[in-house]
Amino acid sequence: MTSAAMFALAGVGLIVIGAWSLVMRAHLIRKILAVNIMGSGTFLILVGAGGGSPVDPVPQAMVITGIVVAISATALALALVLRIANATGKPALPEDFERDLMDREDP
Amino acid sequence: MSAGMVFDGLLVIITLWLAWASLASRDLFRGIVLFIAFGLVLAMIWVRLGAPDVGLAEAAIGAGLTGALLLATWGRLPRPEAAEEMERPEPTMVYPDRLNEPGIMLRIVVGSALVAIIAAIGWVLLAPAVAPGLTDTVGEKLAVSGAENPVTAVLLNFRGYDTLLEIAVLTAALVGVWALGPAPKVAHATPSPVLLGLNATLLPLLVIICAYLLWVGKAYPGGAFQAGAVLAAAGVLLILSGGRPKIPMSLKPLRWAAVVGLAVFLGVALAVMFGGRHFLEYPDGMAGGLILFIEIAATISIAVILALMFVGGRPEDES
Repeated sequence: MTSAAMFALAGVGLIVIGAWSLVMRAHLIRKILAVNIMGSGTFLILVGAGGGSPVDPVPQAMVITGIVVAISATALALALVLRIANATGKPALPEDFERDLMDREDP
Repeated sequence: MSAGMVFDGLLVIITLWLAWASLASRDLFRGIVLFIAFGLVLAMIWVRLGAPDVGLAEAAIGAGLTGALLLATWGRLPRPEAAEEMERPEPTMVYPDRLNEPGIMLRIVVGSALVAIIAAIGWVLLAPAVAPGLTDTVGEKLAVSGAENPVTAVLLNFRGYDTLLEIAVLTAALVGVWALGPAPKVAHATPSPVLLGLNATLLPLLVIICAYLLWVGKAYPGGAFQAGAVLAAAGVLLILSGGRPKIPMSLKPLRWAAVVGLAVFLGVALAVMFGGRHFLEYPDGMAGGLILFIEIAATISIAVILALMFVGGRPEDES
């Protein structure tokens, strides 16, 4: 197995870790972290699966584009989280914090 | 097994551990810091893969500026108990983060879906490659692309369409952030003299690094996105230290600076059509100059947009 293939498989691992946490964790900032980690996993697969030396420049350019799109989406999502937190008092979606904070309600 | 493979194996283990620790840690602040570390290790993986352009973008944008955005938002979250307990150090966990009763069914469904994903992608990855990739195609046309760095050639010429839309996405995201409301009020603390002294050294250096990355991107790793991110980092540093230039900050020039990249890129893409060419088809011999022109405008916009995203909302017009 080449290093490139190993990095691509690590990308699969990142997608799995991210997807699991995206569902299991309630805090919205944590969900944004999870989506970012899933994105990084996708990028690793995109470049790593091609392998070879030198690396194919087309997926490299696509990943650079992807990184910039990811920070754009993250910035917008974080602004939304702040709005949600200011409106509801909780940085989580209602269906999550009902389950999560049922017995730990703030005074 | 070579020493390089062992090093790469270690990088993979560290990356996966950092990702898991970042998402599973009890304390969100700790999680964000681990995420920044994750981005930096990932940048090393990009270098090991032979993709230093991506490594630069990952370190500057993926780890640095995303981390700054996450920490800024974390700091702005409303904290109910903060009012009466100002002296107390930051509580380790302000909100319970873990779902108490996620339900066994949810775990089974999500778990099985993930196993299916592992199987599907793993199967594709381990299968022999069916196509040779585009390295040779790019290499053949590199001489007429106006750039010697193949990644820059793909970004600004061969796949210029993607990059044009990417800058449009970046601009649209800023519009979205501004539409959600005014920037949160910042308490005006007196900046520490050490920070101001550091700024005096670091800021000019960052501007030079930005110009260098922009210029060198034509032939070597670098380019508009990495340069813009470095300049944005200078802006974030300036905002954090409160050492803002003592001039009225009107919103108008900032707005123009934010859209100039998209406007110039789109303008060039349309202007070349007058010669009977396609959208974004640069005239022979002019590609190098046009790419540099677009990249300079794009760097300004990327830097301004990323720094304004850090402000977290529509800034007050002080003019």
